[in-house]
Amino acid sequence: MFTFIVRRIIQTIPVLIGVTILTFSMMHLIPGDPAQIIAGESASPEQIELMRERLGLNDPLPVQYFDYIRGVVTGDLGNSIRSGRAVSSEVFLRLRPTIELAVYSTILSVFIGLIAGVFAAVRRGGLSDSLVMIVALFGLSLPNFWLGLMLIQYLAIGIDIFGINTGWFAASGWGTWQQQVLPVLTLGTAGAAIIARMTRSSMLEVIDQDYIRTARAKGVKERVVIYRHALKNALIPVVTVVGLQFGTLLGGAVLTETVFAINGLGRLIVDSIRARDFPIVQGGVLIFALLFVFVNIAVDVIYRLLNKRIDLN
Amino acid sequence: MAKELLKVKDLKQYFPIKGGMLGRTINHVKAVDGISFNVYEGETVSVVGESGCGKSTTGRAILRLDEPTSGEVEFDGEDLLALSKRKMRKKRKDLQVIFQDPYASINPRQTVRQILEEALDIQNVVPKAERGKKIADLMETVGLGAHQADRFPHEFSGGQRQRIGIARALSVDPKLIIADEAVSALDVSIQAQVINLMKKLQREFSLTYLFIAHDLGVVRHISDRVIVMYLGKIVEIGDTTSIFDNPQHPYTKALLSAIPVPDPEPEHKKERVILQGDVPSPIDPPTGCRFHTRCPFATDKCKVDVPELRSEDYMKEGHMAACHYQKEIEAGTHTAKY
Amino acid sequence: MAETTDILVEEPILEVRNLQTSFFTKEFEVKAVDGVNFAVPKGKTLGIVGESGSGKSITSLSILRLIKNPGKIKGGEIIFKGENLLDKTESQMRQIRGNEISMIFQEPMTSLNPVYTVGQQISEAFIIHQNMSKKEAMLRSVEMLELVGIPSPKQRVKQYPHELSGGMRQRVMIAMALACDPELLIADEPTTALDVTIQAQILELMEDLQDRLGMSTIMITHDLGVVAETCDYVAVMYMGKVVEYATVKDLFKNPKHPYTVGLLNSLPRHDIDLGEEDLTVIQGSVPAPDQIPEGCRFAPRCPFASDICHERLPHLEQSEDGNQIRCWIYTDEWDGDPEVNVNGERTS
Repeated sequence: MFTFIVRRIIQTIPVLIGVTILTFSMMHLIPGDPAQIIAGESASPEQIELMRERLGLNDPLPVQYFDYIRGVVTGDLGNSIRSGRAVSSEVFLRLRPTIELAVYSTILSVFIGLIAGVFAAVRRGGLSDSLVMIVALFGLSLPNFWLGLMLIQYLAIGIDIFGINTGWFAASGWGTWQQQVLPVLTLGTAGAAIIARMTRSSMLEVIDQDYIRTARAKGVKERVVIYRHALKNALIPVVTVVGLQFGTLLGGAVLTETVFAINGLGRLIVDSIRARDFPIVQGGVLIFALLFVFVNIAVDVIYRLLNKRIDLN
Repeated sequence: MAKELLKVKDLKQYFPIKGGMLGRTINHVKAVDGISFNVYEGETVSVVGESGCGKSTTGRAILRLDEPTSGEVEFDGEDLLALSKRKMRKKRKDLQVIFQDPYASINPRQTVRQILEEALDIQNVVPKAERGKKIADLMETVGLGAHQADRFPHEFSGGQRQRIGIARALSVDPKLIIADEAVSALDVSIQAQVINLMKKLQREFSLTYLFIAHDLGVVRHISDRVIVMYLGKIVEIGDTTSIFDNPQHPYTKALLSAIPVPDPEPEHKKERVILQGDVPSPIDPPTGCRFHTRCPFATDKCKVDVPELRSEDYMKEGHMAACHYQKEIEAGTHTAKY
Repeated sequence: MAETTDILVEEPILEVRNLQTSFFTKEFEVKAVDGVNFAVPKGKTLGIVGESGSGKSITSLSILRLIKNPGKIKGGEIIFKGENLLDKTESQMRQIRGNEISMIFQEPMTSLNPVYTVGQQISEAFIIHQNMSKKEAMLRSVEMLELVGIPSPKQRVKQYPHELSGGMRQRVMIAMALACDPELLIADEPTTALDVTIQAQILELMEDLQDRLGMSTIMITHDLGVVAETCDYVAVMYMGKVVEYATVKDLFKNPKHPYTVGLLNSLPRHDIDLGEEDLTVIQGSVPAPDQIPEGCRFAPRCPFASDICHERLPHLEQSEDGNQIRCWIYTDEWDGDPEVNVNGERTS
């Protein structure tokens, strides 16, 4: 197992290099002169030249890249243009709500997705199977921001039904559970739908396996056959989907945080794009990429723990 | 004696195993480990053995479906392993193959006619104008009606599909047909029909068969000579009667004695040798004689020295076995431990 | 003349009467098991032999009521120890499965759950049927592995199925099936997927365990060699029906049904040299499930078939020796050659 993890980490090195090259080149792909942008509209040519020197923009590209890498490794991601504070501290400050949002949404989508998927699979071809799958298709096709707005409309602002106001939850912020419910629902719905569909097809495949027949022939209760014998096997492909889903969630977080005015990393990036605060965007994207890479390593590890057939080495 | 159509010399087929931190090749599966044999024109040679013995790999290596690691394969006087990919494709006209599952090797969206036309097209042996008649002839030859040519493979039963596979192989007038477990998946009654058909075709078209199988009943019935393989090596080779009536290698003996006979009271109740344990892994095959870990006759010598195929004076010409003690076992001076 | 439903066997542990199991597709009904009768004498082995599509495996799954949608047991009786299993509730059936009647399957590679250790899987039978604690069950599992001849059982019990060879896995399946000391073991092609030297090991083990534990066995197979070596009685099935039921000796020495004769003749044998002679074959192939012949199911392929065979289905009838045959030739109504000898062309 240890060798496997080490090997998997080694394998991510090229990915990380790719990511840093991408974020590094962001600085150079933006229209206009970064030094001009950072120094401000009213800066004199001398000030711009000074800024260019400070940013190292006069060095050859490879040198600039290695300077950048050195910064990344030591945690120095430059300074925010707007606040002048270190990018790393700005980013880390905002990281927590985003990670919480992604983790809660993942838990929600896994929970709902598994239950719905198993439910549908066991009733293969029946009415409830079709219903679950139709609902899942809806969940999958709803645009994130629209769902968020609808939830705010009906569950935060609320409407009156028989004299009861449905505005139970908060429409913005992140901290109390009232604030967290709607963003998590918004972000988790699509994931739940994907996981439900995946679980269903995976369960259907597993239910037809010979070892399920063996379990039944042993006198095992149907409930135990489904949850003990079938589900554990059906989970194996689902885990991979959950990992990929986590990446989508991080992307989705940008929208959701904006809709719900959560001070997370996603919103920070969006705001920084608007304010042309490129060091922040660069740092934020890098952190997202790193998170995604490491979540996928974790998923691989879980996958191998579940799937006894794969030799760890 | 007839002409040697196929000469295999010291053929090796190793498959690499990747692993370790950087995914390097850390070991090899020695699927076929230095085997030599000849096939004469017009005969049927069977290669038998249990799963993992390398019999199918041998067939694939001869056809270069996998590139062999080393060795020589001479076919009709030409070194197959020296041919370019393009020339090898041309050469495949003369070496056809029939697989266990014909359905897996044919395009389900093509009709039988299209399948046969494609085969004729690739090798371009029959002029276009005559192809319709050729296809009708082929269908009749393998016992299907010419009127069935426009059906799709799924409209046929397993036995009929195997006939289609045979028709396709025959379409290019091959010299050698390699049949890889060609009748193994068929029910007994259908299997008998296909075996009879293959024997009939051999007589009519003077075909040569390399017949890879695990069912020794079928093998006895169809073969002129038999090669017995164990863990990538030939342990015994000889004419069919010698192999079945006078087996020399302890493995051949055990294999034959393990087959259940459809007779509840056989005239001479044979002594069954039940081998212990499983076939060892071909990744790290046992040293010395590969069979020593399961052999009831094994001694310390067997653990060290690799036995060579050889004949004894009491054995028929061409009959060879690779056991250190074949002579002593035959004479009864070396006895089994269990 | 009525269909024979009572089978004269002393002390049967299981009697199957007129069992019918069908699979329903949109277009038609596939009668996989179409009125099957047989009995399993106590402590003996009954072989059910037939080619693919004969319904032999569906018969065995029907006994434990493990038929899944779109399949359905339509009728008949399955009398086990005097009680009809088709009248039992699902929860009563669970008490029987793996406890009084156990089953082993063809594919040892896929019949064990890949994510649990063999110990966990054997233990489950003890925990369900004998209320054992996990620890106790695991200790008994080790004993079971020892019983089925698995070396170093204490280590093996902690291994996952993929760590074992095919033969070892089939031993594990046997250990699991025999855990609760069943009275009837149903073995569905238990050695078909195994190499012949491993098959010999497994058959020897099964025979030895039957001697020691005294259970009755149903051996489902397509291999007549396995039948001859392991069974006491045989039922030959063709297209969902039993065509011949006899003791093993009688069946092989004096097969009566033209299908049985045809099967025996078309089998190439390693111990008999036919020289250049062709195998005697059964013509044609099994008809598609939506094209079941009117009369005797075998008539279209039968070399002896006469008018009556194509018109009416023969009954399974019992002769004085207790054997049964479903063929017009052996009845008073036979309208073909009175001198017909189905065994005339036997080669062995």
